[in-house]
Amino acid sequence: MTTYHFLQLYWWAIVSILGALLVFLMFVQGGQTLLFGTAKNDAQKKILTTIFGHKWEITYTTLVTFGGAAFASFPLFYSTSFGGAYWLWILILLSFVIQAFSYEFRSKENNLLGTKVYDIFLLINGVAGTILIGVAVGSFVTGGNFMMDKMNITNVGSNIISYWTNDYKGIELIAVPANLLLGVVIFLCARTLGLLYTINQCEKIAGEDAEQLSQRAASRLIISGVAFVLFFVAFVVVLFLSTGYKVDVNSPLFNGIDGPIVAEKYAYLHTMLSIWPLAVVFLLGVVCVLIGLGRTILMGKGTFYLTGLGVILAVFAILLSLGWNDMSYFHSNTDINNSLTLYNSSSSLYTLKTMAYASIAVPFVIAYIAYIWKKMSAKKEI
Amino acid sequence: MILATSLETASRLQFALTAMYHWLFVPLTLGLSVLLGIFETKYYISKDEFWKKTTQFWSRIFAINFACGVATGIILEFEFGTNWSNYSWFVGDIFGAPLAIEGVFAFFMETTFFAVMYFGWNKVSKGFHLASTWLTALGTNLSAYWILAANSWMQYPVGTEFNPVTGRSEMVDFWSIVFSPMTLSKFSHTVMSGFLIAAIVVIAICAWYLLKKRDVEFSHKSIKYASVFGIISFVLLFISGDNAGYVVAKTQPMKLAAMEGLYEGQEGAPIVGVALLNPKKTYDNQEDPYLFNISIPYGLSLLANRSCSSFVPGIKDIIEGGYTYKDINGVEQTALSFEEKVKRGEMARRALNVYATFKDKKDNPSAQQALAEAKVYLDENFKYFGYGFLNKPEQTIPNVPITFYSFRVMIILGGYFFIFLILCWWFGKKKILEKYKWFLYLAIISVPLVYICGECGWIVAEVGRQPWTIQDLLPIKASVSGVSASNVYTTFIIFAVLFTVLLVAELKIAFNQIKKGPDGIKW
Repeated sequence: MTTYHFLQLYWWAIVSILGALLVFLMFVQGGQTLLFGTAKNDAQKKILTTIFGHKWEITYTTLVTFGGAAFASFPLFYSTSFGGAYWLWILILLSFVIQAFSYEFRSKENNLLGTKVYDIFLLINGVAGTILIGVAVGSFVTGGNFMMDKMNITNVGSNIISYWTNDYKGIELIAVPANLLLGVVIFLCARTLGLLYTINQCEKIAGEDAEQLSQRAASRLIISGVAFVLFFVAFVVVLFLSTGYKVDVNSPLFNGIDGPIVAEKYAYLHTMLSIWPLAVVFLLGVVCVLIGLGRTILMGKGTFYLTGLGVILAVFAILLSLGWNDMSYFHSNTDINNSLTLYNSSSSLYTLKTMAYASIAVPFVIAYIAYIWKKMSAKKEI
Repeated sequence: MILATSLETASRLQFALTAMYHWLFVPLTLGLSVLLGIFETKYYISKDEFWKKTTQFWSRIFAINFACGVATGIILEFEFGTNWSNYSWFVGDIFGAPLAIEGVFAFFMETTFFAVMYFGWNKVSKGFHLASTWLTALGTNLSAYWILAANSWMQYPVGTEFNPVTGRSEMVDFWSIVFSPMTLSKFSHTVMSGFLIAAIVVIAICAWYLLKKRDVEFSHKSIKYASVFGIISFVLLFISGDNAGYVVAKTQPMKLAAMEGLYEGQEGAPIVGVALLNPKKTYDNQEDPYLFNISIPYGLSLLANRSCSSFVPGIKDIIEGGYTYKDINGVEQTALSFEEKVKRGEMARRALNVYATFKDKKDNPSAQQALAEAKVYLDENFKYFGYGFLNKPEQTIPNVPITFYSFRVMIILGGYFFIFLILCWWFGKKKILEKYKWFLYLAIISVPLVYICGECGWIVAEVGRQPWTIQDLLPIKASVSGVSASNVYTTFIIFAVLFTVLLVAELKIAFNQIKKGPDGIKW
């Protein structure tokens, strides 16, 4: 393996860990879906917006860093997916933008739109934001309708490097069943984690409202948790039975960057099995989720962090399997040879190496975030 | 697919809209975060509850702006992909790295410690809280550094080489990008303008309290610190602005010429103080560029070359070439004409095109030969690559009236703020602020003016760079995404409505918080 390819794998792993952390941290979005229905009065809404409102920035920052890391390490993906599936990404953006100010504005007097509108914004972010992120990630498996030719930059009259080949500009991805399935999985995952976090935090808050909220969250967890597991299993079955696309690195036409793309049945399953640590991480994640949910549902014990760890591990393994093992992580349904792989879409060796040095800071950043999280969660004053 | 001009316009409008709204929210956080650190340090040392209340009040104003800045910031980041997809691939290798590093090193620091600063008064020790406030300030300004390093690279693309195999520019020297003269001058100038805005906003709010005869002690003390902070910021802003002018002269002479409405270059060039541009003036006619003009003799030559008698090229000179100049490294060069630059840019582009054609045909031996030839042409001519997309000299001229007038507004308002801050400090020191009601009203009026000043600075920087997204390497028309103009106009309208609602809500909430005052804030 060349140093360059090692760094491409490394950066796919970094993007994947950021993606996995993002999915976990979307428990904030899941918590926002509890504002209507689960919270029965303003005091309970305040409890929810306090416990989730103190964490939204971390989710948001992770999304921004995920975007930045994807741009820096795989700019062709940024260019192709964002520029092509224009409307999907715009909708994702809008659903997150309305979250950023809603927490700060909702409880303030004279806030123009009224508290209820900001709460609706938070609900939209919790439902649409999670589903649409799932749809976008689902397109890694189902592909997109795009063409890509880097050398188009040399044509004065027709210089677009990558473009979508239909006029729906990404909206059609929502109608792809597997994409939507993953969208629902991400939504249910967020909601389940949101419920677990509510139970976890309400333990630290005195008062009847917190107690009622906790009880209601526990009862809703049964439906949400079971639905999450069932939909997740359905997605994993779809994923493992899917045909994947790989770059044929043994072909004489492969030059280290571009090469012929070939279809392979059960490619994602093969990847998971051929790189056995991935399968171990994936199974460990699934076991953590099952134990976490089981302990809370059957024994009434709070297991937010255990379930969250399970989600991180399972998502991390799945994301890795989409890009490692010479897979095309975003294939073109218009012309398969236009598909994106780690080889043809990454930044240069120099850039990947430079950023690899910078990435040494990541554990330090995670450590201080964890420390602050712990410190800020110690006491609750609502 | 042939790109319509309207797509370029729509994409530019959308990005300009987002950036300008972003700059309404961000600069206050840059400066206010530092003032918060100062106020809380006073509290930590004196243990006087007054300073705690002061810190808490201003942190509420900070938080409202912070949320809006974050909301508009993420759109900017994603718009590079959605609206500038060609750009994203062509320079993502260089441009993406500062954005990613900003996320890891600065944005996480800013948001994590902001949560402690804002929510943590009763949850962490005083020392830890103070450290968090300063770390928020550090994170906020560090975040600006990385973003401005990326923007500076677009103005002055150093540390990069073109790779014909991948068809894009690639980073070859990270540190030259991070510490380029453009980055250093842009960062210091931009951040200091944020500090100035924060100082003016603090003074204006306190002036309103003094007019209402309330929160007098709070206002006097806040004004005292804000006016000194503002004066120091202004001095640094002036020095960095002078340096920014010098760097622009050396790296973007067309921008400087547009800033000055200078069509014909001259030795001992004056700098224009106040003027009215002649709308009939084009680069190739004999009209006088100004209808009315008051200039400072030798000012422009001094700014551009640090020499009163030196030659500063005008728009016509830059198009026709032939003059000699010293580049930013002090090396003497002869300027090429527009035609020569186009010729060289086309040579580079065509050589690459030949390689691409053979590669497409999978004619490997011919492709390798074409690649070797393309490398030679690119090595010699890549710095003019963008000119290969242009065909008329007029295309290289930015909008002169917008650039010229924005620069004048920025400079004139800058001068006004210096006098204003000196007076404010003096009146505050003599405890006679309340005596001059006109001055207190002036302070309130200064808030929109300081924002106009900041926005004008960005207009000069960005409109003055046109037609380039990356100076000389990539024009706007080769940078956009393959979406229709109607799609972009639709999102433009959505964003315009959203940002306007956001701004109105932010202002209403901020005014309400200000009305409540430091005593009305509950934690």
